[in-house]
Amino acid sequence: MFPEKFTFSIADWVNGWVDALVTNYGDVFRQISDTLLWAIVNLEGLLRATPWWLMLAIVAGIAWHATRRALPTLVIVGLLFLVGAVGLWDKLMQTLALMLVATLISVLIGIPLGILSARSDRLRSILMPLLDIMQTMPSFVYLIPVLMLFGLGKVPAIFATVIYAAPPLIRLTDLGIRQVDGEVMEAINAFGANRWQQLFGVQLPLALPSIMAGINQTTMMALSMVVIASMIGARGLGEDVLVGIQTLNVGRGLEAGLAIVILAVVIDRITQAYGRARHEVSK
Amino acid sequence: MSTAAMNKIEVKNVFKIFGERSAEALKLIGESHSKEQVLAKTGCVVGVNDLSLSIGAGEIFVIMGLSGSGKSTLVRHFNRLIDPTSGAILVDGEDILQYDMEALRQFRRRKISMVFQSFGLLPHKTVLENVAYGLKVRGESKQLCAERAQHWITTVGLKGYEKSYPHQLSGGMRQRVGLARALAADTDIILMDEAFSALDPLIRAEMQDQLLELQKTLNKTIVFITHDLDEAVRIGNRIAILKDGRLIQVGTPREILHSPADEYVDRFVQRRAATV
Repeated sequence: MFPEKFTFSIADWVNGWVDALVTNYGDVFRQISDTLLWAIVNLEGLLRATPWWLMLAIVAGIAWHATRRALPTLVIVGLLFLVGAVGLWDKLMQTLALMLVATLISVLIGIPLGILSARSDRLRSILMPLLDIMQTMPSFVYLIPVLMLFGLGKVPAIFATVIYAAPPLIRLTDLGIRQVDGEVMEAINAFGANRWQQLFGVQLPLALPSIMAGINQTTMMALSMVVIASMIGARGLGEDVLVGIQTLNVGRGLEAGLAIVILAVVIDRITQAYGRARHEVSK
Repeated sequence: MSTAAMNKIEVKNVFKIFGERSAEALKLIGESHSKEQVLAKTGCVVGVNDLSLSIGAGEIFVIMGLSGSGKSTLVRHFNRLIDPTSGAILVDGEDILQYDMEALRQFRRRKISMVFQSFGLLPHKTVLENVAYGLKVRGESKQLCAERAQHWITTVGLKGYEKSYPHQLSGGMRQRVGLARALAADTDIILMDEAFSALDPLIRAEMQDQLLELQKTLNKTIVFITHDLDEAVRIGNRIAILKDGRLIQVGTPREILHSPADEYVDRFVQRRAATV
């Protein structure tokens, strides 16, 4: 038994802090929440209003642009068609909207943070443990305060997803920039390139394969959050998995689960193909 | 002073010490401790040790030494890729250590360019874009960039490869791109850090000839780093020999060959005589 006199708890302190945050800044969070909700709802509406065949054609176009090969493009379109065929098209679009917004926010936060962390060793040494925490902390722990601040629904789901999905992008952006050949950096420095010219002319283009791998990871992790997100009221494929569990309907759960896998495979193949295409040029 | 006006680059009592306790290490060197003693006592590495020299306008000045002698460190002081721990560096009579970031950038863009041992080319840009890089960075027009780059690509003998990427070229061709990039920037001074050391002997000789040929018309101030006495003698107007970050001897190739200052220089010369 651990001696009583050494024990302490930070629970009360954290609770008090969160309560104060909710009372004092509730309006601000409400505002953020409403803006974000507006964006998701509109994107979702757009995706669901798009006719299924047009959607498949657009995906086919993107897949072809990324891979330049007929077979992967056909497989990607065929798989998505299957999801529609089992009656999950609408849910697929809901999940896609959630994931796209979460990925976009992750990119907007992740790439600049990765760039800054590549610039400064001190920032990196602070950031890396934080990223470790973000990735290993069970997501329910931060879902509670996020729920208190933003209420039930899509917005907390987005936040939970971003917390979980942004770290790999930050890490891989940082890594990609740090791995740019030292002599190349020395050379452009010797020719008097300023920071902007170094970043946009050389570092980011050369780090692009790594950054694309990061975006790929981010989308994958965002997808793996959809089931958990559905527990706090986000609609979509995760919802069906959840219902399948709750009603012991294994078949329905499996269908939705497979649909998530298919979405993951499609996005993975497309983002990977973009990363590779640039790599061949830059090698 | 007429001699000062002639000197393009002047280095005065420069020390470079790598490590956290450089002030302490500097003091130890002042008390004439050796490089090894300083390393043992402070953990600092002495890169350049009380070095003074002057390089005249329009000469090919070769800095020679074995690896670890501080020659690459020294040459990076001339465009401040490395800042000295103490000492002064004058280019055209101006103290470049006083430059702020912006002045330094302008100095690097207009006055001094560099060729690197492993080329330092941009892998995601074509030969033409690589050669034009120095011009583009300082904001020249697209047309001028393309024109000048084309001129220098032709001069170094790479016509027809403008649209190739560096990874499609051989080592010798890549270094021609590196050379063309430095020449296109049209600076008074060109630093060449072991520029030909990574090339095989035949290509190297070819590049040396080309450099000498170019220099006849260009009259640049070229600071050339090498570990090879043959190369130094072949292209240098004057040669400086470095050991452990200290200057051992400066002189014309003839002086170095005929009256080596000490046993270290003599060993270089003997080796050369033996291989010839």
